[in-house]
Amino acid sequence: MNYPAELKYSKSHEWVKMQGDVAVIGISDFAQDALGDVVFINLPGVGDSVDMGAAFGDVESVKAVSDLVSPVSGEIIEVNEALADAPEMLNSDPYGSWIIKVSGITSTEDLLDAAAYEAFCAEEA
Amino acid sequence: MKLIFEKSVPGRKSTILGKCDVEQVSLPESMKRSAAPALPEVSETDLSRHYTELCHNVHGVNCGFYPLGSCTMKYNPRIDEEIAALPGFTGVHPLAPPETTLGCREVLDKASEYLCEITGMDGMTFQPAAGAHGEFTGVLLIKKYHDSRGESRRNKIIVPDSAHGTNPATAAMCGYQVVNIPSAPNGCVDLEALKAVLGEDTAGLMLTNPNTVGIFDENILEITRLVHEAGGLCYYDGANLNAIMGAVRPGDMGFDCIHMNLHKTFATPHGGGGPGAGAVGCKEHLKKFLPASALMDGAGELQVRSFAGNFLVVVKALTYIMTLGREGIPEASANAVLNANYLMRKIQGTFEPAFDRICMHEFVLDLSEFKKRTGVSALDVAKSLIDYGMHPPTMYFPLIVHEALMLEPTETESRETLDWAADIFRKLYDLAETDPEYMHSAPHSAAIARPDEVRAARNPILRYTAE
Repeated sequence: MNYPAELKYSKSHEWVKMQGDVAVIGISDFAQDALGDVVFINLPGVGDSVDMGAAFGDVESVKAVSDLVSPVSGEIIEVNEALADAPEMLNSDPYGSWIIKVSGITSTEDLLDAAAYEAFCAEEA
Repeated sequence: MKLIFEKSVPGRKSTILGKCDVEQVSLPESMKRSAAPALPEVSETDLSRHYTELCHNVHGVNCGFYPLGSCTMKYNPRIDEEIAALPGFTGVHPLAPPETTLGCREVLDKASEYLCEITGMDGMTFQPAAGAHGEFTGVLLIKKYHDSRGESRRNKIIVPDSAHGTNPATAAMCGYQVVNIPSAPNGCVDLEALKAVLGEDTAGLMLTNPNTVGIFDENILEITRLVHEAGGLCYYDGANLNAIMGAVRPGDMGFDCIHMNLHKTFATPHGGGGPGAGAVGCKEHLKKFLPASALMDGAGELQVRSFAGNFLVVVKALTYIMTLGREGIPEASANAVLNANYLMRKIQGTFEPAFDRICMHEFVLDLSEFKKRTGVSALDVAKSLIDYGMHPPTMYFPLIVHEALMLEPTETESRETLDWAADIFRKLYDLAETDPEYMHSAPHSAAIARPDEVRAARNPILRYTAE
């Protein structure tokens, strides 16, 4: 399992990378592994607002449908539309496959660093 | 095996029609299709063999043990079929003059009366065609109730995280926001989490009891009281009614409305697309919103399906109830609970239950430790069971248990069958230690072993097209 040190993580298994005041959000290696093969992603639209702790979309795997939970509140400025046609990229390259970019961030949940997240996942597994 | 289309030979027929004895008319050109439909052309022998071969390749409750958790695959008594096949029922038309179909009305009234008594409700509709449709109808009743009181601001439905996926889907379909609450460690509703989300915007709560892990929520009276106190209504998902028929009534637990899957709890065949019947019952204060056939007295403004729903399924359910009677109905539930507990304890010591306590009509095994040790997953175990002539249990559900297998033996299985099933589980438990590879590639005897579910979901081919 891969936990890149430059990223922050939420307990609902999203990763966050800050680029200036823009948050880039995706799902972690642990999340894609637990989900199994992802077959569908329900993406939000550009301009939608997201709330910290609320769902901004969902991913469907062979096993189940899971909410994508936003670790920040703000406005979506970009959506990775390529995932709609190739959701399997979330499995093959979870950290290369960002899902949304959020700006105008008004709040951010307490995120874990890579080491703390790795320990959290070990407990969940 | 080949598709029926692949067995087709141009010009081959299997029907010999009698001479037409009425005047023939032709459709106007605009209504005619330009080419004949591409239907398979086979002889009656080929057709009969084709379906018999299909039949040999599937596993139904009449073939063997079918402990598919949450689906209640109980045996369907033949007498139910016999009664539903009576020409007085099959030959009737929904638009026939009402005075000629009084018998059918009586069936609906009697079924409604008995089901109201079993569930503690005051009114019932048979319009919904299946469970999810029943849920939708039930939540619409809740919506109509709030609207009628000028409380449309109530826009949230609370659903525990152990619920069937249809619950949040139903609430969303009815235009509600879904509020998910986590379960307590024992799998039941976390009262504090419930209190935290109740408020002036609460429209209602959707709940199954016993819940999805097969545990009866002992706080149920407190739960429904809290929701009512906040001004919300309580919806009972009847998926697990088989555990409590005639023993405890959802109406007495404080629920305002309920749906039942007549096609599972009341023994009519299901799976494979129905037909089903998702009867919806409600308390007095919701009765005026109930849908009814537009042709019947007291038809409300809500219509969710034409006429009286899947009427013949109601005939089968009524036959089932009348055959078992006042003593047989609770006995069926008691045996369903006994069988589940018996099987759980017989398997325990190998595969461990997710919740080590007395269960209701079904139980969940947690294979996560087992998988860590052997590398054999719940899927591998489920697939291996096929080689022994057992239908796999429900797997990877509920989501709150990882590597879950969910077993519901039902009341119609004998002790010998349960012993046999437990032996197979124990055998597979040992096999995982000695030959996990064999289990990774199971089943070894079925026509299809491991269909590519990922490809099927990503690139579904939903209809046959002739080349």
